[in-house]
Amino acid sequence: MSTDPGVWIAAFLTMCILSFLYRDNPFYRFAEHLFIGVSAAYWAVYYYYNILQPNLIDPMFVQGQLLLIIPLALGVMMLTRLFPKVGWMSRWPLAFIVGTYAGYNLIIYLQSDALDQVTATLVSLVQVEAWQTLFQHPSFVNFLYAIGVPVVIMGVITGIIYFFFSKEHKGVFGGLAKIGIWFLMVAFGASFGYTVMARISLLIGRVYFLLHNWLQLI
Amino acid sequence: MFLLFFVLAQGVIDDVDVVNSTDLIEKSEAVHTIVQAPPTQIYTRDRANDAGGGIVVFWKKSEDDGAGRESVIEYHIYRGTEADGDFELVGTAKAGDTSYTDITTRDGTPYYYQVKAFDGEQHSSAAVSEAAYSSAQWFHTGRISMLIATILISTFVVWFINKAKRGHELYIRPIAGLEAVDDAVGRATEMGKPIMYVPGILDMDNIQTIASMIILGRVARKAAEYETAILVPCTRSIVMSAAQEMVKEAYLEAGRPDAYDADKIQYLTDDQFGYAAGVDGMLLREKPGAIFYLGGFYAESLILAETGHSTGAIQIAGTAQPSQLPFFVTACDYTLIGEEMFAASAYLSKEPLLLGGLKGQDWGKAIIIFLILVGVLLVTLGFTDVIGWLSTGQ
Repeated sequence: MSTDPGVWIAAFLTMCILSFLYRDNPFYRFAEHLFIGVSAAYWAVYYYYNILQPNLIDPMFVQGQLLLIIPLALGVMMLTRLFPKVGWMSRWPLAFIVGTYAGYNLIIYLQSDALDQVTATLVSLVQVEAWQTLFQHPSFVNFLYAIGVPVVIMGVITGIIYFFFSKEHKGVFGGLAKIGIWFLMVAFGASFGYTVMARISLLIGRVYFLLHNWLQLI
Repeated sequence: MFLLFFVLAQGVIDDVDVVNSTDLIEKSEAVHTIVQAPPTQIYTRDRANDAGGGIVVFWKKSEDDGAGRESVIEYHIYRGTEADGDFELVGTAKAGDTSYTDITTRDGTPYYYQVKAFDGEQHSSAAVSEAAYSSAQWFHTGRISMLIATILISTFVVWFINKAKRGHELYIRPIAGLEAVDDAVGRATEMGKPIMYVPGILDMDNIQTIASMIILGRVARKAAEYETAILVPCTRSIVMSAAQEMVKEAYLEAGRPDAYDADKIQYLTDDQFGYAAGVDGMLLREKPGAIFYLGGFYAESLILAETGHSTGAIQIAGTAQPSQLPFFVTACDYTLIGEEMFAASAYLSKEPLLLGGLKGQDWGKAIIIFLILVGVLLVTLGFTDVIGWLSTGQ
């Protein structure tokens, strides 16, 4: 067994968190509250040294960039929530944040989630090399490669059709929308399996810590 | 014969010795004095489509770059603020390159450039370029497609909003997850349990969180009407402030400002798994009758949804994170997939203005489908230029 007190504390807290698998209990509650408190304090200090100091305090009070008084004022207005009489002032910076980012993200998402995706989908339907490979070496995998592009394009179009909200999903349109949701579900299934494997590796990492670093059994 | 051969051979050896001892050293020194040909035709341009601070230097390759003596391994780019003043090294380009972008310039300052070919030991000579100035451009010519798309979609949205304003009735298809919102709140009320609303772990600068806040307003209003408590654990302080405002407003609208309790909307921690641990604990202790997970989620999604599922609560989730949707689909009763969540505000309120916006967006999607169909057809026929037309530039 390890003689390092830090490893013992980490092992104890790991066991406390894992005890949640049984049910809510005082050990889990202790670890939960400790985790929340310590992490909240950590992030408060982190934000001060990595956000406030380099972006506001140093440029304004050391370099004299007085224009930064605007974000400073908005920040102070956020804190007026602590005083009910002037708490209404905190709505202004909130409105500023929501409005600014809603407008800013419109362009960002239009580019990354719409036009760039359209451009990436513009691929020739006939992949000559893939078909040549299929005829030379007929197999199911090569068949999938050969029909890959048309399937992807069909998936994209029917997927978009599923997200039409102002038209009733019935008839041919409804059929295409149903194909679209099937494409989505197949993609979700693949993603689910992939991510679960990644999570298993996290569990293995924690079990390894307990058996190797703490108990030193392996 | 043997003697003659010996004499001749000795003579050759003597010659070699002589060459080795004197001439080779001189020739070797002579080789070092042969400098590779310099790059020529050096000219500069202000970097296009930028916010200033960039000048592109062009040159014609040295004759010894990839040809001639093939001795050039890279080019060294020097910069000065006076044509006959001091020059400093600002960057390098590998052999074969014919341009270099200097991104350390100050707009309005004249810069002169020299480009020298380098063989690993010595530099070629170099001419000095004309004075160059960097400047910012108002218009990014590479993003015309973005401009057209923005104008087109905005026009559709404004058009249909105006149409809705004139009283034109607009249809919106049923969305199962949103239809279940009222049922979920009602179920929690019947069970005498609170509602828990988890707005994700992203900040207010994320469009998913903004959409989540709008849905929270609707859920909170229903909760206020039914006199059911609503718990909103937050991972960002600004999200907590926004959530408090939304819930307070909803309670006011429902005529129950007295029932509003700001302490039910609380900040836990900015840490992802600290937040997950806290929400898990709350789920088991508070045992809500209905749980909403709406917003941006990452790895904590399954941890939360599984714990919520174990409490027996009805669960409605929604996110635009493709990697997390499978977990919500698996563990929740209803899942709003991507844009379904963004359509929620229009769907839940049925306000003509929002419905008009939704209709306009649908027309935008129709154009995207059209572009894909026509574009794929053209690319298949060999007209690959169409990809460049739609490129959004970087």
